[in-house]
Amino acid sequence: MFLRVPPGELVSAFGSDAARDALRVTAETNAVAMILILGFGTPAAYWISTRRGSLRDILVTLVELPLVLPPAVAGVGLLVAFGRAGLLGGTFEVLGIDIAFTKISVILAVTFVASPFYLRTAIAAFEAVDTTLPAAARTLGAGRAGVFFRVMLPLAGSGLGAGAALAFARGLGEFGATIMFAGSLQGVTQTLSLAIYEQFDLDFTVALAISALLICISALVLLTVKVLTRWHSGSSSLIPFAASTRQPS
Amino acid sequence: MALRVQFTHPLRSFDASAELTVERGETLALVGPSGAGKTTVLRIVAGLLRPQWGSVRLDEVVLLDTDRGIDVPPERRRVGYLFQEYALFPHLDVAGNVRFGACDGSRVDELLERFRIGDLARARVHELSGGERQRVALARALARDPALLLLDEPLSALDTHTRAGVRAELRDLLSALKLPTLLVTHDFEDAATLAARVGVISQGRILQLGSPAELVSIPTDPFVASLAGAMVLAGQAIGTENGLTQVVLDSGLTAWSADQASGPVNLAVYPWDVSLGLIRQDDSRMNHLSAPVTSLAPLGNRVRVHVGPIVAEITAASAERLDLRPGAIVTASFKATAARLFPR
Repeated sequence: MFLRVPPGELVSAFGSDAARDALRVTAETNAVAMILILGFGTPAAYWISTRRGSLRDILVTLVELPLVLPPAVAGVGLLVAFGRAGLLGGTFEVLGIDIAFTKISVILAVTFVASPFYLRTAIAAFEAVDTTLPAAARTLGAGRAGVFFRVMLPLAGSGLGAGAALAFARGLGEFGATIMFAGSLQGVTQTLSLAIYEQFDLDFTVALAISALLICISALVLLTVKVLTRWHSGSSSLIPFAASTRQPS
Repeated sequence: MALRVQFTHPLRSFDASAELTVERGETLALVGPSGAGKTTVLRIVAGLLRPQWGSVRLDEVVLLDTDRGIDVPPERRRVGYLFQEYALFPHLDVAGNVRFGACDGSRVDELLERFRIGDLARARVHELSGGERQRVALARALARDPALLLLDEPLSALDTHTRAGVRAELRDLLSALKLPTLLVTHDFEDAATLAARVGVISQGRILQLGSPAELVSIPTDPFVASLAGAMVLAGQAIGTENGLTQVVLDSGLTAWSADQASGPVNLAVYPWDVSLGLIRQDDSRMNHLSAPVTSLAPLGNRVRVHVGPIVAEITAASAERLDLRPGAIVTASFKATAARLFPR
């Protein structure tokens, strides 16, 4: 891909409107989606990690569902839920918010398919923290919020970072649900992945250029995950904070 | 400041219940095997576990009363809790750990100094030895200026040769702090050194509560006796003669006891009440067993000698004088007054 056309031509391909618009749409929608995923996902993952028994299993299954769902099904589902004629579409229409085929629909699609990657890793990261540490923090005067911010978040931090990197990578590559739910309107809903598909017929060099960019980003993300997980497992082998739950004696 | 606790709480295979008072400046130790419900008591006092029914009071302050729906959360209970493996925060250095719960920062330096960990202030938790970790955990617990102290197996994470030193240090610290202290351990010797009163706990119930000397001299239960160091042998009391009870042990031996009992019994004898000799002597001791020595285990200046089902603890000097070695035939003897009987 990098050899087919000279590198200079790849770079200059980003001068095209289609590539620049796609880059902007992707950056905006993915930034908002990541804020939603981290903002709602982190407390949700923490809450699920403190549950035990069948409620936890049901919640984890629900969280994991978008992972195994075919993207086309996710697109149909989102359309049925948020589309103009959909279940909630009417409600939003009354409020003057149009969802389908706008940036909001891209954000929803990306959030839907990418959040499980973050949630799964985050739940595991919180559950790996030795349960006596939050207990110790409580006896030392920390309330529930203090325990979360001063103990759980720093100790699960590298796991959360790795999960966020994976979710970001998945969000960048999102294609199926977006094209069904948001369409591929240049400058509005056309993300990099959708632009590759369109430029495939129009200007193959642009498609190549965007693909090359996404390869670089994916490699970077993978590297980040490796570094974070290595750091995490390296430190937990020295410090037993990942010790299993001890039963009270 | 006096701590008053009473509760019942179902655990996996039994109900745990207790009623305890710990006075200001007093250390009460609960001793028992793992899984007996010791940590449950501490977790209830700290507010980390809400019992099915119970109350916790610190003088007039009610920390928990399930009947009245009062349950003060752990962060407002002013409890210093030393966790079993110390539960130090791995993402913070030593000073950060001690500062975590400090109400006022100026105490931190003072505590680091007092516990001789000032040089380690910037060190990470995983770089510390067991003894250092214990001192950091104690400093951290005291930085909050607690009104009572809970110690969960404070010495079990230490290796044997640092243990004796740390135990003496801890005893001095506890007597200097003058706080009501509740300590749990599986080691009777630790409990006897650190606490004036010891409760023996088994299956969630306190079997006997008293001074260490009382528990050793008049155990009310074979479990208490075995925890205090006695060997416990099962047998049948078959009758009395001259006021003494004759017991046929399951190993086939016959023994005499000054205690009264009938039917199935446990016979408890402390190893240090058993003497060994090369010839059977005719003296006031009623119980004799001649058998080969099966093993010898040195224990400081003493030696534990196994003779058939009997364990004797004699001085190392005596063992040398008798030239004891495995296989040598000796006679183990103990008085009928040293043999306690507990109905089974």
